Amino acid sequence: MKKFKLKKRRLNRSLGGDICINIFLLVFGCFMALPMVYAICTSFKPADELWVYPPRFFVSNPTLKNFKDLFNILDASTVPFSRYICNTVFVSVVGTGGHVILSSMCAYALCKFKFHGRQVIFNLVVLSLMFNTTVTAIPNYIIMSKLGMIDTLWSLVIPAFGSSLGLYLMKQFMEQMVPDAILEAARIDGAGEFKIFFSIVMRLVIPAWLTLIIFSFQGLWNLADTNFIYREDLKPLNYALNQILSGGVTRVGASSAATVLMMIVPIIMFLLSQSQIVETLATSGMKD
Amino acid sequence: MATNRSKKIASVKKEAVAWVFVLPYFLIFFTFTVLSVLISIYFSFTDYNMLQPPNFVGADNYVRLFLNDSVFIKAVGNTFILALITGPFGYLLCLLFAWFINELSPGIRAFVTLIFYAPSISGNMYLVWQAIFSGDAYGYLNGTLISLGIISSPIIWLRDADMLLGIVALVALWSSLGTSFLTFIAGFQGVDKSYYEAGAIDGITNRWQELWYVTLPLMRPQMLLSAVLSITSSFGVGTIVTQLAGFPSVDYSAHTIINHLQDYGNTRYELGYASAIATVLFVIMVVSNFAVRRIISKVGS
Repeated sequence: MKKFKLKKRRLNRSLGGDICINIFLLVFGCFMALPMVYAICTSFKPADELWVYPPRFFVSNPTLKNFKDLFNILDASTVPFSRYICNTVFVSVVGTGGHVILSSMCAYALCKFKFHGRQVIFNLVVLSLMFNTTVTAIPNYIIMSKLGMIDTLWSLVIPAFGSSLGLYLMKQFMEQMVPDAILEAARIDGAGEFKIFFSIVMRLVIPAWLTLIIFSFQGLWNLADTNFIYREDLKPLNYALNQILSGGVTRVGASSAATVLMMIVPIIMFLLSQSQIVETLATSGMKD
Repeated sequence: MATNRSKKIASVKKEAVAWVFVLPYFLIFFTFTVLSVLISIYFSFTDYNMLQPPNFVGADNYVRLFLNDSVFIKAVGNTFILALITGPFGYLLCLLFAWFINELSPGIRAFVTLIFYAPSISGNMYLVWQAIFSGDAYGYLNGTLISLGIISSPIIWLRDADMLLGIVALVALWSSLGTSFLTFIAGFQGVDKSYYEAGAIDGITNRWQELWYVTLPLMRPQMLLSAVLSITSSFGVGTIVTQLAGFPSVDYSAHTIINHLQDYGNTRYELGYASAIATVLFVIMVVSNFAVRRIISKVGS
């Protein structure tokens, strides 16, 4: 009986189709992974393998020398390297945290309260998804200088709070996942609005949170251009790495090492939260 | 009468609570997005240059853009070519990948999702393409093509005006799959399995019918979001060009509207003119979004 079940194909799935799909995924998967595999291989290559002709893709005698070089270059910089790390960690963590809380609050009000202007606000947010932030770079600079935020980390953190993608996602999710009946029941039990929000609503939207965290964190972590920050000791990590490693061909190995180190954090975060997204979505599929 | 009044008080109170929830986010959003766009539109009608107070110049900036700036016209063309390649094509790829990945077993699915999503979270990983398209014989593409005997001498990929736009499109496509893709993944996983069984009973006989009649209509919110994100990022290609091909790219062959905007905004400080470029880009993005939304609302009907 069990064997029969294993052999049975799923609903509406042909064997030929499954094979084609797997080949398709394999081909494109290789294309997507190519630069990453390259960067990882290069970061472990000794100098003679970096400049071998014809170029070889994979590493044959892996070494940690590139990573040591990277740290030597970083040690020699005028601003201590730990300072850049602190800047980026601060901006990523505070920016993401504030964004998740503020945009969830706003999304909650937009979908569960009837008040004047709510449609206008949501339309504005949707509209703002439709253009790139480069469009607002010039006025943003002027506004920040009026607010005295130029040359502070707040110039990176505060705008991240108001990013529109998170609000849009959160609202779409809450509309489907937060039933009015639960809120009504909590109100009848005498729970205050903030209590309802933090202990009921936020718990129901964990998958959306994780998505918001990934999007926001990844953007802030990878931030490299600093139109609003000129002080060397306030610049983000990625900027510092790009700057230090624009040293040309002699730094190919060290620059690969830096790329690999920079990508580890968002990838680990994604791996951790992805499994939770899958889990939460699997259980939420049981509803209605 | 009394109940009417207390109802009114309750509704005013509820409105106040709503605003407490909305305001912290909305103030920031308003300041850095809505207000910024308005300021940008205002500057586009002035000759602002950061040093002197702005003078109103009417539509001069726009006249200059469309009649006297051949580089801008070229940038508009390039931007549309890139958007047409990375937008619809990237969108369909995201949809296909997410759909196919959804068929895999959970463990493999998590791994494959990571492979496809990693390019967009790994910061400046796209710089690796520089090494692949490097112009000397040490470049991987050149090295491979030479050793296969397809070409005899290295091609300077990133300085070739005929090929640059294609290469930029490829790299943009590679790095832009992420956000829309993840949204689709979430959408597919949110579909309740019982809909598939119901669909099979109603006479659906293959996976394509199932996708069109069952899955896609159920995940319309995700499709809409993905479309918006794809369009915005497809018109927003700019940094990749500068990083791969330098600034300006050879013959402006991959020069985009964003590059043009950064040129006048960050380098020449002609902020009035740059604001006009920003406003044109804004209008292009918003109009295409509304056009595409109309198409998506017809899916599965």
